[in-house]
Amino acid sequence: MAKVGEVKLIGAWPSPFVMRPRIALNLKGVEYEFLEEKFGGKSDLLLRSNPVHKKIPVLLHADRPICESLVIVQYIDKSWPSSGPSILPSDPYDRAIARFWAAYIDEKWFPSMSGIARAQGEEAKKAAIDQVAEGLSLLEDAFGKISKGKPFFGGDAIGFLDIALGCFIGWLRVTERTQGVKLLDEAKVPGLAKWAGRFCADGAVKGVMPETEKLAEFAKLIMGKFKAPPPQ
Amino acid sequence: MAEEVKLLKTWSSPFSLRVSWALQLKGVQYESVLEDLSDKSDLLLQYNPVYKKIPVLLHNGRPISESLIILEYVDETWKQYPLLPQDPYARAMARFWAKFGDDKVLPSIWTVFISEGKEQEAALAEASEHLQKLEEELRGKKFFGGDNVGYLDIALGWLANLNRVFEETCSFKVVDRERFPLLFAWLEEFSDAPVIKDSWPPHDKLVARFIALRHKHHAKSSST
Repeated sequence: MAKVGEVKLIGAWPSPFVMRPRIALNLKGVEYEFLEEKFGGKSDLLLRSNPVHKKIPVLLHADRPICESLVIVQYIDKSWPSSGPSILPSDPYDRAIARFWAAYIDEKWFPSMSGIARAQGEEAKKAAIDQVAEGLSLLEDAFGKISKGKPFFGGDAIGFLDIALGCFIGWLRVTERTQGVKLLDEAKVPGLAKWAGRFCADGAVKGVMPETEKLAEFAKLIMGKFKAPPPQ
Repeated sequence: MAEEVKLLKTWSSPFSLRVSWALQLKGVQYESVLEDLSDKSDLLLQYNPVYKKIPVLLHNGRPISESLIILEYVDETWKQYPLLPQDPYARAMARFWAKFGDDKVLPSIWTVFISEGKEQEAALAEASEHLQKLEEELRGKKFFGGDNVGYLDIALGWLANLNRVFEETCSFKVVDRERFPLLFAWLEEFSDAPVIKDSWPPHDKLVARFIALRHKHHAKSSST
């Protein structure tokens, strides 16, 4: 059990990348202090703890910083091995598959998501939305193969890949609302559509996934300021 | 059960070289399948439908793609000669810096390579900033992995391979001995390490390839 004050997380409530370690810590039952960054500025602590990228999330464990959300999640899994279920699959091949899709989500799928907000004009918007839908279709396929009929990518419990994708559900719903499209469409991606509901209802996620309304308001605020994705 | 290990690769790709190094350091027998990227095999398209890229490792018929992910799989499957440290914090650092290498260092050096004049100067300044961070990581260590070649050395090994090639093809030093003494020393140690030194792609062939690549990029940028 972590000592009080031993685990801190520098982040911000709207960021899907920050949600990842928060969910992981919740799954492990680890108490932590959430140090919220103010929007529009970077604290001295953040700049000191992540001098390379100056980005959130940063986990501080006994004052040692760990950066990059998926690196942090794996660190949490290894550091509290006997608390809660294993976040990464136990089989090396399953781990490789989970890491592969998590990397796909970060390197290909998420940039296409943020491409929607940046798209200028109807045609560009439609193309960006189609790209996201295509990605979701690939992930639907992956979900079928990986979950093997169980509720989550991780099986009976939330795992690494659930966390990697699930953190974006709030923003997906905001995008659906502002663009007037269905992305987690029950007709096109039935597996993921149901999985999303289960993910958001999970005890480890509930307190961490912002309500769509609150996120939508935040989105309006930042849309005016820049056309970039939420802080990473 | 006889183990079947195949690696889909090209002769020059630094990414597939990472996997070759890992397998050889662990003494794993494997078959190399050379791909022609201008005419991708059905095997490649079948086993990496998402990216259609090499390297792809096939272990008993099951494919794993993305070189750093393959490295972790190799390390977890064959326990001899561990590549990643056991300590969770050290592991996190190794993964962090490997990602930094691929996301920041490699693209910035590539930009230096294909650009000219002011653009090249700016790219070189950025690349140098990134290299400085790696220089600091090497403090007190012979290899990024400590006393022996490890995951991070393998992940950054492309730098050791290509530094000489870049010097010959564009006559500038990316890893300057005066500015980055530790990194420079690491390049030499790594290049000379067992297994690593026996698996470099043929130098002259690599130089020729990069000269051609550079010409291609300059032709492209001058025609726009």
